[in-house]
Amino acid sequence: MQIKTYAKTLAVALSLAVVAGCSSSGGTQEGDMDGTSGSMSGQGMTTGQGTSGSQMGAGEQMPSVDTIYFAFDSEEIRPEFESVLRGHAQYMMANPNTNVTLQGYADERGTREYNLGLGERRAQAVERYLTVQGVSPSQIQIVSYGEERPAVQGHTEEAYAKNRRVVFSY
Amino acid sequence: MKRWMSQGWKALASGWLLALTALICLTTTAQAQNLTIEITRGSDQATPIAVVPFEFSGQGGLPQDVAQIVSDDLEHSGQFSPLSRSSLVSLPSSSQDVFYDDWKRVDARYLVVGKIEPQGDQYRIQYELMDVLGGKRMLGETLTSSGGNLRASAHYISDQIFEAITGIRGAFSTRITYVSASGAGENARYALYVADADGYNAQQILSSDDPILSPAWSPDGQKIAYVSFESGNSAIYVQNASTGERVRLTSFPGINGAPAWSPDGRKLAMSLSKDGQPEIYVMNLATRQVTRLTNNSAIETEPDWTPDGRSLIFTSDRSGAPQLYRMSANGGQAERVTFTGNYNSDGRFSPDGKTLFMVTRDDSGYHVAKQDMDTNRVTVLTDSQWDESPSVAPNGTMIIFATQQGAQGVLGAVSSDGRASFRLPSTQGDVREPAWSPFLN
Repeated sequence: MQIKTYAKTLAVALSLAVVAGCSSSGGTQEGDMDGTSGSMSGQGMTTGQGTSGSQMGAGEQMPSVDTIYFAFDSEEIRPEFESVLRGHAQYMMANPNTNVTLQGYADERGTREYNLGLGERRAQAVERYLTVQGVSPSQIQIVSYGEERPAVQGHTEEAYAKNRRVVFSY
Repeated sequence: MKRWMSQGWKALASGWLLALTALICLTTTAQAQNLTIEITRGSDQATPIAVVPFEFSGQGGLPQDVAQIVSDDLEHSGQFSPLSRSSLVSLPSSSQDVFYDDWKRVDARYLVVGKIEPQGDQYRIQYELMDVLGGKRMLGETLTSSGGNLRASAHYISDQIFEAITGIRGAFSTRITYVSASGAGENARYALYVADADGYNAQQILSSDDPILSPAWSPDGQKIAYVSFESGNSAIYVQNASTGERVRLTSFPGINGAPAWSPDGRKLAMSLSKDGQPEIYVMNLATRQVTRLTNNSAIETEPDWTPDGRSLIFTSDRSGAPQLYRMSANGGQAERVTFTGNYNSDGRFSPDGKTLFMVTRDDSGYHVAKQDMDTNRVTVLTDSQWDESPSVAPNGTMIIFATQQGAQGVLGAVSSDGRASFRLPSTQGDVREPAWSPFLN
């Protein structure tokens, strides 16, 4: 059941990612257009390039959500977290001197060293998403902790779901 | 005067309080650090052996019950089932006092007797091993030990008895290293310990606010390589186990993980993701040069050397899920070696290279399994849900691993035939990432 749900989620995520990547000239989606225009330099987002005030706000303030979560054994960005990532992308593009460390994590299942690899993959997936939006790679560092430092202790699916994550650490 | 008194009292009281606190800390650490082996499954093929309490001819008592330590060692090998002390028919202290028929009657296959006498500030230990069925003495030796060294002397005796009976070198005088973790979030503490193979004499050799993992002994038993996040990212360190002296070997961008010493101690295999994703590298320890051996987009990690040092085994998910692969220690084509199940990782060779121990996943969780390298037959050795980090004793008879007991991380051990299994619960926090030392003497 759950696997099917994840598979669907993945499919949606993939297609969304493709759409996001291809449609940057369409100018209808929030946020990501600005990154590809190349004119974003710091705070000067005063000349209505965006289509609404709320978008400008997103670039000026550090997004309040700093963690996104992943499906089991997957590094695909889930569609429900794309707006979070776009918010961070806007913030980083609006603040090019800001650096972020993407901390990648896995749940406790499986061997620790392999899970370091899984955590890194997740952080790299987020890095790719941000750079496609226009964030400079030089603003991004990656540290994988794998299954170390779990957000939630315990051997439940709920705990695992909270531990498969990437955390933005500014 | 009154004022002075009260200040004096205060000082005295706080002094006492400090002293008391220090005492409490010392005693709790001393008590809490040792791990104690508990038997979770005995082997139905274990050989019955009688270990008679050693006669002590000195004043008072001995600091250690040597015969009990020998008995425990033999039992914890999974190959022996010592008779309980209450079922001993007599208490001989030398082979001359042994009536073999008595011991045949209680089904003891072998018999150990001994005596200990003070010799200056030392002890003189005399022990003998008898073959009850054959009605003959197999082994006898006299050794001298300080009081502080009695445990080590007992392990030495266990080694001799084990080898005399099985023909396999005993590994009771070896050590283990492991990681402990306590607290969560901001309060998380990690520590690296070294202890005797039976969990006693545990000593903390490193502590940190940041994760420590993957300790690995150098082949000479002097040094331990491990991964620490203390610098804010993973980095590989090598630390002298007795002096504490250490160096940071790698701190490349990305993952610095899974150190594994070559059998000659000159190289360290590792997993580095500095070029984008985790790949297998080998570092020449004399020059610190690293050479990349694998090259693809998969996660490649957990290298281990074949005992001849010519090949490496490693985990790769190039097929879509983690499996074990083997390649020349000089790199080149890698050949997949595991095909049973969709998750096999952390491969470790037996000392003779004929068996590969690993973590395998099935419907009931993650277990320690072994694969015969000739027939490729896989046998699952452990049955709890969260078994990982297998490390093989230098004589190949036991595997120590990390498992869970309730919500707590504990160490487990299983005989390489899977018949006997043990737990080494900790009284403080989670314990994991065990590594068994090589022979140390």
